[in-house]
Amino acid sequence: MNAPSDVRFHAGRHARWHAAEIVFWLAALSCAFVFPSRYLIMTDILRLALFALSLDLILGYAGIVSLGHAAFFGVGAYSAGLLALHGIINEPVIALIVAGLAAAVLGFCTSFLLIRGADLTRLMVTLGIALLLEALAERFSDITGGTDGLQGIEMQPILGLFAFDMFGKTGFFYALIVLFLLFLLARRIVHSPFGLSLRAIRNNPLRAAAIGVPVNRRLIAIYTVAAFYAGVAGALFTQTTALASLDVFAFERSADLMLVLVIGGTGYLYGGLIGAVLFRMLQEIFSTITPQYWQFWIGLVLIVVVLVGRARLHRWVLFVPNLLITRIAGGKAAVAVPESEGP
Amino acid sequence: MFARFWLLSRVALAAATAGTLVVAPAWADDAVKIGLILPMTGGQASTGKQIDNAIKLYMKQHGDTVAGKKIEIILKDDGALPDKTKTAAQELIVNDKVSFIAGFGVTPAALAAAPLATQAKIPEVVMAAGTSIITEKSPYIVRTSFTLPQSSTIIGDWAVKNGIKKVASLTSDYAPGNDALASFKEHFTAGGGQIVEEVKVPLANPDFAPFLQRMKDAKPDAMFVFVPAGQGGNFMKQYAERGLDKAGIKVIGPGDVTDDDLLNDMGDAVLGTVTAHIYSAAHPSEMNKEFVAAYKKDFGNRPGFMAVNGYDGIHLIYEALKKTGGKTDGDGLIEAMKGMKWESPRGPISIDPETRDIVQNVYVRKVEKKDGELYNVEFETFEAVKDPGKAKK
Repeated sequence: MNAPSDVRFHAGRHARWHAAEIVFWLAALSCAFVFPSRYLIMTDILRLALFALSLDLILGYAGIVSLGHAAFFGVGAYSAGLLALHGIINEPVIALIVAGLAAAVLGFCTSFLLIRGADLTRLMVTLGIALLLEALAERFSDITGGTDGLQGIEMQPILGLFAFDMFGKTGFFYALIVLFLLFLLARRIVHSPFGLSLRAIRNNPLRAAAIGVPVNRRLIAIYTVAAFYAGVAGALFTQTTALASLDVFAFERSADLMLVLVIGGTGYLYGGLIGAVLFRMLQEIFSTITPQYWQFWIGLVLIVVVLVGRARLHRWVLFVPNLLITRIAGGKAAVAVPESEGP
Repeated sequence: MFARFWLLSRVALAAATAGTLVVAPAWADDAVKIGLILPMTGGQASTGKQIDNAIKLYMKQHGDTVAGKKIEIILKDDGALPDKTKTAAQELIVNDKVSFIAGFGVTPAALAAAPLATQAKIPEVVMAAGTSIITEKSPYIVRTSFTLPQSSTIIGDWAVKNGIKKVASLTSDYAPGNDALASFKEHFTAGGGQIVEEVKVPLANPDFAPFLQRMKDAKPDAMFVFVPAGQGGNFMKQYAERGLDKAGIKVIGPGDVTDDDLLNDMGDAVLGTVTAHIYSAAHPSEMNKEFVAAYKKDFGNRPGFMAVNGYDGIHLIYEALKKTGGKTDGDGLIEAMKGMKWESPRGPISIDPETRDIVQNVYVRKVEKKDGELYNVEFETFEAVKDPGKAKK
């Protein structure tokens, strides 16, 4: 078997649809009928899921860390808002794509700043870009509406047929369809040879470069795609809520997104989707129980999830015995902990 | 890979189970539910906390039964983010079947809920947000807080009469700040005053120091200041640090900057500040004395004007229910609320039957020391002030 067909064989094997995936999407669709009174919060989850999917593309597949992904979300949100407010593009679907492209352009331009640095630099650069955009949006309040946000956005019906309703039914199906289509595209991308080359870069950029993968160009490409996704998520936010205010750029939004991926896991596309569901649900449960201090409980759960989920349970089981042995006997831990096991 | 998809299906199942758990439990039929949406976290949390406290206090004093119905409050946190407000309002209306939505810490939040109130035909009682336009956005909105033009026009007139010629303004750059500035400017310049410097500061994380230097250099007689209630303390600190008090530049403005909530910790630089506002904890009425004492006893500090807004808001809901005999159809409740008059800890207030906005006394006050504590002491009263933002039309 020669190399290209070998790659195709392996990629194809992973790209096949699993039963669990079909169940997952059917479950998502059935939510519309099981919880007909909770469209707004479910739409919120879908938007967050798409946004997390975007981050997963760069973090899980290309290993680019970002603390400023809200920059693209915000650009998408304001683009969609301004397009609708000034009646430039009234059709929501076209406006959605245009808003995504606007974010993609920003992603493309800023990607050159990213390919130079290592993780810490990237964190700082992405964070900086988001803060910068937030400050700009605040400064040019005659365009963005500043802290009050864009007021008076009225959305036209989707494709001229489906009007957005008060309780978010149209918005929910719209968001679900957009998420599903973009998910299909993402799935296609990550299972393509291009996607495999990204994984090679994530695992070891030097080695990837040595076998002839054009590292920088690949990173620029995936970063731009991810920016498009985030922009679409932002545009969905504006279109389904008819709101766009400064908090679309907020640091909390980028940070929350990281948490979503931490909960759901990276590098298998569903991480962002599952993470979004769990994260919002935790928020919902805790803020119902204690509207004032729910953030404390969220924080606590996150710490537990990260420690237990990430650091492998068996280490914690052996933590105390090992500590005792090292303290009392003064020697090396007698109970060996296998270090190389991964999830 | 397999393990992951196994996990996937497990998670999907768990999520579905959790989803069913979140659905609210069934309530008793004869209960009237009030959905309270407030910023309990984030920068505006003090507003939410005061209103929530005041409502708890009112229900403790007046019982939780009105016209044979039990009152249930469902509190939701929106962090002052309008999209969260909208989601919360929808959930409350559709799932919890509330008969009122109330609260709303900031203007965008109140506006975001307006179309839902119209669609669902239930009263939206605004207990904090102070932009003039809010009540025009839905025929179901009633306000028990205040509008910024109410206090700003009066301090404008007062400044002219009291020999203040040149004023520099510092306002937060958002709708209420712009409202305050516009109404002050109109009345102040009409009386012959002059604005020598106009500064708008960002609402989020403001650093006043550089702006204050500009104020000092402009050498005005006084500076007109509007910052939202929670930021007054920080402003006064920087005002004193920059030595503006020693330079003889007095602070005037609507009373948000000397909110009772924070006033006592502001230090002596604040002495002599003259503001026009709707409520002072030092308001000399029996009712207010009792209110302040009860609030202090339960929550350990002085009530600010946000607390009074919440206290009056829940009172309005109680009285409306009494008037309808416990019936909860929205149109009936709104009719019952229109024109209602009562004595509040802040003084006599009423709901304007035309605009559904609050009509109330506005007091001109000066910060003074009483028994070692700082208070806004009222010395002039303008009676039954309507919202000038709407009176013009």
